[in-house]
Amino acid sequence: MAVVYVPSLLRSLTGGLAQVEVAAGSVRELVDALEERYPGMGVRLCEDGRLRPTFSVAVDGVVSLKRLNQKLEPDSEVHFLPVISGG
Amino acid sequence: MSDKQTPIKDFQVIGTSPLRPDAVDKVTGRALFGDDVRLPGMLYGVVLRSPHSHARILSIDTRKAEALPGVFGAVTAADLPSFTDAGAYQRYQAENALANQKALYYGHPVAAVAAINPHIAQEALGLIDVTYEILPVILDVRQAMAEDAPILLDDLRTHEAGSRSDHSSNVASHEQTSCGDLELGFSQAAFIVEREFHTSTVHQGYIEPQNATAQAHEDGQITIWCSTQGAFGVRDQVAEILRVPVSHIRVIPMEIGGGFGGKNNVYLEPLAALLSRKCAHRPVKMIMGYDEVLAATGPTSASYIKVKIGAAADGRLIAAQAVLCYAAGAYPGSPVTSGMDCIFAPYKIPHVQIDGYDVVVNKPRTASYRAPGGTNANFAGEVVIDELCEKLGMDPLEFRLLNGVQTGDRKADGMPLPVIGFHEVIQAAQQTPQLSAPLEGPYRGRGVACGYWGNYGGTSSASASVNADGAISLVEGSVDLGSGRVAIAMQLAEAMELPYQDIQTVVGDTATVGYTEGTYGSRATFATGWAVYELAQSLKGQLCERAALLWDVEPDQVGYGKGAFTNRVSAESMSLRALASHMDETGGPVVASASVHPSKEGPAFGVHIADVEVDPETGKVSVLRYTAVQDVGKAIHPIYVEGQIQGGVAQGIGWGMNEEYVYDEQGRLLNASLLDYRLPTSLDLPMIETVLVEVPNPGHPYGVRGVGEMPIVPPPAALANAIYRAVGVRMQILPMSPPRILEALWEKERN
Repeated sequence: MAVVYVPSLLRSLTGGLAQVEVAAGSVRELVDALEERYPGMGVRLCEDGRLRPTFSVAVDGVVSLKRLNQKLEPDSEVHFLPVISGG
Repeated sequence: MSDKQTPIKDFQVIGTSPLRPDAVDKVTGRALFGDDVRLPGMLYGVVLRSPHSHARILSIDTRKAEALPGVFGAVTAADLPSFTDAGAYQRYQAENALANQKALYYGHPVAAVAAINPHIAQEALGLIDVTYEILPVILDVRQAMAEDAPILLDDLRTHEAGSRSDHSSNVASHEQTSCGDLELGFSQAAFIVEREFHTSTVHQGYIEPQNATAQAHEDGQITIWCSTQGAFGVRDQVAEILRVPVSHIRVIPMEIGGGFGGKNNVYLEPLAALLSRKCAHRPVKMIMGYDEVLAATGPTSASYIKVKIGAAADGRLIAAQAVLCYAAGAYPGSPVTSGMDCIFAPYKIPHVQIDGYDVVVNKPRTASYRAPGGTNANFAGEVVIDELCEKLGMDPLEFRLLNGVQTGDRKADGMPLPVIGFHEVIQAAQQTPQLSAPLEGPYRGRGVACGYWGNYGGTSSASASVNADGAISLVEGSVDLGSGRVAIAMQLAEAMELPYQDIQTVVGDTATVGYTEGTYGSRATFATGWAVYELAQSLKGQLCERAALLWDVEPDQVGYGKGAFTNRVSAESMSLRALASHMDETGGPVVASASVHPSKEGPAFGVHIADVEVDPETGKVSVLRYTAVQDVGKAIHPIYVEGQIQGGVAQGIGWGMNEEYVYDEQGRLLNASLLDYRLPTSLDLPMIETVLVEVPNPGHPYGVRGVGEMPIVPPPAALANAIYRAVGVRMQILPMSPPRILEALWEKERN
């Protein structure tokens, strides 16, 4: 199962859990599963069917350009990170 | 594009230091900058700026100005398209270009005029009547965060991980990263240090001011010549502000006289285009005075940072907490998340919490500045680390070896670090001549500080064609800020196994090369270098096919190496130059292009060592000696890598010692000139020694990791730690200018 690192400010929705395991084939499926298990999580991460622009998603240590469409391996590690500003 | 390249170790071109192709043109004045643009019928545009830092604009009347002989037209926010259906970011972009209803900082553009010459245009500005209602001013980030603070943007709500507050606020966002159990961590610490820090608003200090010349054509097309770090970024922003398709805008980047992050945003470009449209499609040229550059382009954030760090008795870090409050200027967008990423990045710490706040104040909208957000955060983090080392009785570099991150360690956000060379850097720092040289005499001290910058990959494009003489013409999309043009051409030469001199390089514009992000995030040599590596593979493949045609063999029976093709059947050989002369008879020109978006950029770490002497009478700090050690991945052009490091350190010393925006209580900038905004000069700087540690980045075919930004991160902290050892005061405010040093010394005496 994919391991999700829960964003710090969303851990109130997971009862304080910093990491949770989710079976999902893509980031989109993973967000849906999180929403089902932790109601409210989906709307915090996504807006209008897209990952909010304030988040980036990293899968297995690499920030994904495919975002919600990124495929996941069974043992993938998923991070939702604040977008790094500036540059 | 493969993401699993193994860096090549035996290089022919990479690692050498050829001369840059633009060097002679630049030192002889032949290179063409924005100010060199002269077009038939060209008008000159100037900007009327708000004298107030927070005011409601009740009315603007440009009729008298427009009636002045020689004036062709004036524009205000009323000439911009409506943004009622647009997102806040797009609206803020437009409002920053021309204030609409409210002026939010001293120097905020209110109107612009174009005339037959700059003198008439300036005279016309005095004829524009603007009525203001002056509003309360907020300059300090913590005052802006107060519940009862005057609100700058009525529609601004605080965003917090996907939620939005229900009331107006100057706090645009709150972010947080954390790991472990902070309370538990601090309860286990034997030593804890807690301090608060303040840093001032500072500017990039590029010497060439912003400039733009725009031609709005009758068919709706717009051409813009300007000084920018990224032609496509200008195109996209102007398209957003004027609400025209990006395909209607061509942006031609001129040579650039410095950017350092400050030339990613547009200021004059949309105004020149608007004026050109309004003035019978005459081209309009606009150039800022340096007072305008300082007052109204994007400096970087002032900040308030609170840090608490705890270590066990054996020196191991256990817990760390930071709150970073960054002033974004008039509109959201400070680099606070970058600061959050940087502040504890060099260290393995099991329990961490970092909070960041992006806060609007009545100052110009901030822009990037070399490792944006990193220097502020690192100053706070590394000064506290130094104090912790003192409490522990540990050598600062031994402390870093004990606690420093290595490949695979996780940052506070949980992300694992890829291959890094931080420990190699620390060990190299321990061997530097400066560290072993005695530092004697009163009021002298030596300080060290580490630094981190994550670097960035991003989208890059390039195209190339083989000439009949075998040389290759390269068009690459990255504006050359420092040494990118050479470093990119060298990578193509390496990939083609040709001498560097066989590559002729030009920087493309938005009509001549594929989409390329700006030159920022230390990305050009990394990402555009990867693009030319990719197109070289295509060129070599096509050339092998041409050789196969001539030899009447299959392409896979042709080999290529060191600029020559080999017929594996007959063992014949033919140089690329010889093959190139047969292009026409084998199918026409050989061209290739590539667009890439590599994401394994590989972070950079460094250790800086500063020796200073403090004059206790005046508070002046002299930097006696300075060494910067950095993991540079593979140095493509070592001399220019050294130059990047020396440039970053010079700017970091300026930030640390003297630079700051000085405002009066009404928010008027008092030092808007290079006489009064104290950039460091050659007299303020020692020879900056550099040590290049090469730990190749496996995420790039040649091991490149960005180098340009990291060197500005450690200097203020290294200087502060040196000042402490010289005179015993812990500086917690930037800049550490003579008055502040004296104040700290007097405070120490009083206590």
